[in-house]
Amino acid sequence: MLQVSDLNSGYGPAQILFDVSLQVGAGEVVALLGRNGAGKSTTLKSIMGLTDRRKGKILFRGTDISQYPPFEIARLGLGYVPEDRRIFTDLTVAENLEVGRQKRRSTTTWSPERIYALFPNLADLRHKPGGQISGGEQQMLTIGRTLMGNPHLVLLDEPSEGIAPKIVEQMAEAIRLMTREGVAILLSEQNLPFARLISDRCYLLEKGEIRHAGTMADLETGSGHP
Amino acid sequence: MSVELYVVQFLTGLANAASLFLVACGLSLIFGVTRIVNFAHGAFYMLGAYLAYSLTIRWQTPVGFWLALLVAAAIVAVLGAVIEILLLRRLYRAPELLQLLATFGLTLMAEDAVRLIWGPEDLVGPRAAGLSGAMTVLGRPMPVYDFVLILLGPAVLGLLWLLLHRSRWGLLIRAATEDRDMVGALGVNQTWLFTGVFALGVFLAAFGGGLQIPRDAVSHVMDLSIITEVFVVVVIGGLGSLTGAFLAAIIVAELNAFGILILPGISLVLTFLIMALVLVLRPFGLLGKPLAQSRTLSHRIHGAWQPLGGVGRSAALAILICAALLPLVLGEYGLGVASEVLIAVIFAASLQFLMSVAGLDSFGHAAGLGLGAYGAALSVQHFGLSMEAALLIGPLASALFAAIAGWFCVRLSSIYFAMLTLAFAQIVWSIAFQWVEVTGGDNGIVGVWPSAWASGATAYYWLTLGCTTAVVLLTRHLTFSPFGYALRALRDSPLRAAAIGISRQPVQHAAFVISAFLAGLAGVLFAFLKGSVFPDTLGIGTSVDGLIMVLLGGFGTVSGSVAGAIVYKMASIWLISNTDFPRLILGGLIVLLVLVFPLGIVGTLQQALAGRLLAGNASVRGRT
Repeated sequence: MLQVSDLNSGYGPAQILFDVSLQVGAGEVVALLGRNGAGKSTTLKSIMGLTDRRKGKILFRGTDISQYPPFEIARLGLGYVPEDRRIFTDLTVAENLEVGRQKRRSTTTWSPERIYALFPNLADLRHKPGGQISGGEQQMLTIGRTLMGNPHLVLLDEPSEGIAPKIVEQMAEAIRLMTREGVAILLSEQNLPFARLISDRCYLLEKGEIRHAGTMADLETGSGHP
Repeated sequence: MSVELYVVQFLTGLANAASLFLVACGLSLIFGVTRIVNFAHGAFYMLGAYLAYSLTIRWQTPVGFWLALLVAAAIVAVLGAVIEILLLRRLYRAPELLQLLATFGLTLMAEDAVRLIWGPEDLVGPRAAGLSGAMTVLGRPMPVYDFVLILLGPAVLGLLWLLLHRSRWGLLIRAATEDRDMVGALGVNQTWLFTGVFALGVFLAAFGGGLQIPRDAVSHVMDLSIITEVFVVVVIGGLGSLTGAFLAAIIVAELNAFGILILPGISLVLTFLIMALVLVLRPFGLLGKPLAQSRTLSHRIHGAWQPLGGVGRSAALAILICAALLPLVLGEYGLGVASEVLIAVIFAASLQFLMSVAGLDSFGHAAGLGLGAYGAALSVQHFGLSMEAALLIGPLASALFAAIAGWFCVRLSSIYFAMLTLAFAQIVWSIAFQWVEVTGGDNGIVGVWPSAWASGATAYYWLTLGCTTAVVLLTRHLTFSPFGYALRALRDSPLRAAAIGISRQPVQHAAFVISAFLAGLAGVLFAFLKGSVFPDTLGIGTSVDGLIMVLLGGFGTVSGSVAGAIVYKMASIWLISNTDFPRLILGGLIVLLVLVFPLGIVGTLQQALAGRLLAGNASVRGRT
C-alpha cells in the first residue's frame, strides 16, 4: 500500500527527517511512536506533500508520489487527518463533510449517512457550525471529512490528543470499524496504551530517525530490529 | 437645506455605493481565498469602463447597453485569469509585499496601455439606453439609472450569496477562505479554484467600472481613485466579508455624499477618519474575523545580519568618497538628479528600517516624507524661518504625527497595520489637498529655497550627501544596538520576545517614530531641492515608490535600500524624460523583477555569494 524509503524532509533550512523508511500493508494499522519533536507529524505531512522539501521515495499503490502536490496525493486515495483538526469553523458539520467528498473517485463506500452512523454524536450536529462543537466532536468530524474522500489509507496525526477518555474509546472503536472496511491506517501517537489497543505494528522515531521497527508485542519485550 | 435634498442626496449615495460594492466584494473575495491584496483591482475596474465605453457607443439599445457591460467585464475577466495563470500563480507563496508590488506594476502598465489604446483625454460615454430619463422624488429630479443601481447592489449581493452557499464551488471557496491548504489536502485542486475566484473578482470589478459610464467620464486616473476608496471599504467592512463590504460601501458612499453637502472642507478626511476609528475599535473591520494564516506559506526568513567587516567598511568608504567627488564630473542638472537620488536613499533607508528590522510593513510612508516637506515649506513661508531651522522642524513634524498615528497603528498587525498606515497617510494627503488657505491645495507651496550657503548645486549636493550618510549610519547602528535586537526579536517571534520581557507596542512605536523622523528629513531636503511642495509628495504613489525601492534593493538586507533607491530613482528619472510610456516600461520591469529576482539586488548578490561559499565548503569537505 505505502512504501516510504529514505525520506528526508524539513521546513526551510531546518531538516527534520533523516532517511526515514517505513511500510504500511493493505488493511494494516501501523503506529508511529516517539516523543514530542521526534518527527512523527513531519513524517505524515511529508507523505502528504505538505512540507517544503522532500527527498526520497514515497510509493503509494505503485505510484511515486514524492513530487506530487497534496491534492493529487489525496485524489490517489491517501487521506490526511491533521493533529490540530483544522475544521472549517464557519461551515456546518454537513458542509465540512461535503468539502471532503471527491467526485472523481468511483469507489463510493462512504456517505454522510455512514459517517453519522460511525460517529452518532455528529448526526445531531449536522447544521451546527464546525467552530461551535467540542474538541472530541471536531476530532470525529475531521476523520469523517477525510473518509468522505474514500481513502485507501488514512494518515492519522495524534487522534487521541486532547480529548476526553470516553471519546478516546469511541475513537478506537471507530478506527477498528474503519479497518474492517478495508482502510489502512498510519497513525502517530504518544499515547502508548491507545496505540497498543489498535495497532498491529509500530515504528519508533527519535530525532528524525527510525530507531525501532516491529510488532507492538516486540516493542514490549524489547525484541524486533532497529 | 430641505429634507427633500437630504433624501435625494441619500439616494444618490446609495447609487454610488453600487459600483463601490462590486469592486470591493471582488477584492474581498480574491483576498479571502488567495490572500493577495490585489492592487491591480482598480486597473481592472478602469479597463472594464474603457471597454464598456467602446462597446456601448456601438450598441446603443437597451439590451445592447447591458450586453456591452457584461461582454466588457467578461473580456477583462479572461485577461485577469491569464494574468493569474502567468504571474500570480508563481507568487502565492511569496511575501505579501512582493504580491502587492507585482500587482502595482500591473496597474502602472494598465494606465499607459489605456492611454496608448484610447488616448489621454477623458471620454464621456452614452447614457444608458432606455434609462436616460429622470424620475421625480419629492419634487426633485433623480436619474432613473440611479434607481437601477440602487437595486443592483443588493441583487448582486444576493446572487453571490447563492453562489457561495448553494453550490459546491462556493462551498470550496468558503472552505479555502478559512484554510486553503487543508482544502488541498482533501483533494481539491486549489490552482483552478484560485484562477476561478480571481476571474470572478475581476469580472465584478470590471462590471463595476462599466456601470459608471452613464454617470462619469472615463479616465486613466480612475484606477487609483477607486482603489483607495475600495481599500477603505474592505477594511471598514472586514476583509473577506461580502456583507461587510456591502455595508461599508454604503457607509463610505453616504459619507461622501453628505460630507460634500455638510462639511465640504473636510469631506475627504472624513472617510479616512471613520476607517481609522473602525480599525481602532474593531481591528478586523465591522464583520471581519481574525485572519487564519496560511500554514505552508513561506514566512520571511531573515538571515543573521552581521555588522560590516573590514572589507565591507573599506568598500563603503570608497563608495562614499566617489560620491563626494561627483561634483567634479557632474554639472548642475546632474547634481540635482544626484541629490534627488540621495534623498530617495534616505527615504528608502528609513522605510527599510521600519520594514526589515521592525517587521512593520507601512503603506503610508509618504506621510513621513510629505509632512517633513510641508513642515519645512510652512516654516519658511508662513513663519519666515531659515532652512537650518526647517531641517529640524520638518522631521519633528513627521515624528510628532507618527507618535500619534503610531499609537493606533502598532496595535494592529500585518495587512491591517498596512491599511491603517495607508489611511493615516491619506488623511494627511486630504488635509494638504483641501486646506487650501494654509497648504495652497493643489497649487502647493512654492518659493522654498535653501539658505545662501547651500543654494549652489554642489553645496546642496554635499549637504544631502552628509545627511544621507548620517541616516544610513544611524539605521545601521540602531539595527545592531540592543534596541535593534529587541525589534528583531519582536519581528521574528512576538510571543517569545514578550516572554523575555520585551513590551511590543512601546518598542515598535519608537521604531515607527524614528522611521518617520528620518523620512521627514528626506522630505525637507526634497522641498528645498525642488523649491516647492505639492500634495503628490504625500500621495500613495510616493509610498509605493518607497516600497519598490526597498523590495528592489532586497527586502531583509540592511544595505539593500541604498542600492534599490539608487537604481529605481535613476531608472524612473531616465524613463520619464526619455520615453513616451514610462509607466508601461517601469511596470513591466517591476513585474519582471518580482518574478526573476524576488530577493532584490542585494539579496540576490548575497545568495550568489553564499552559494559560492557553500560550494567551497562542500568541496573542502569532499576532500577530507
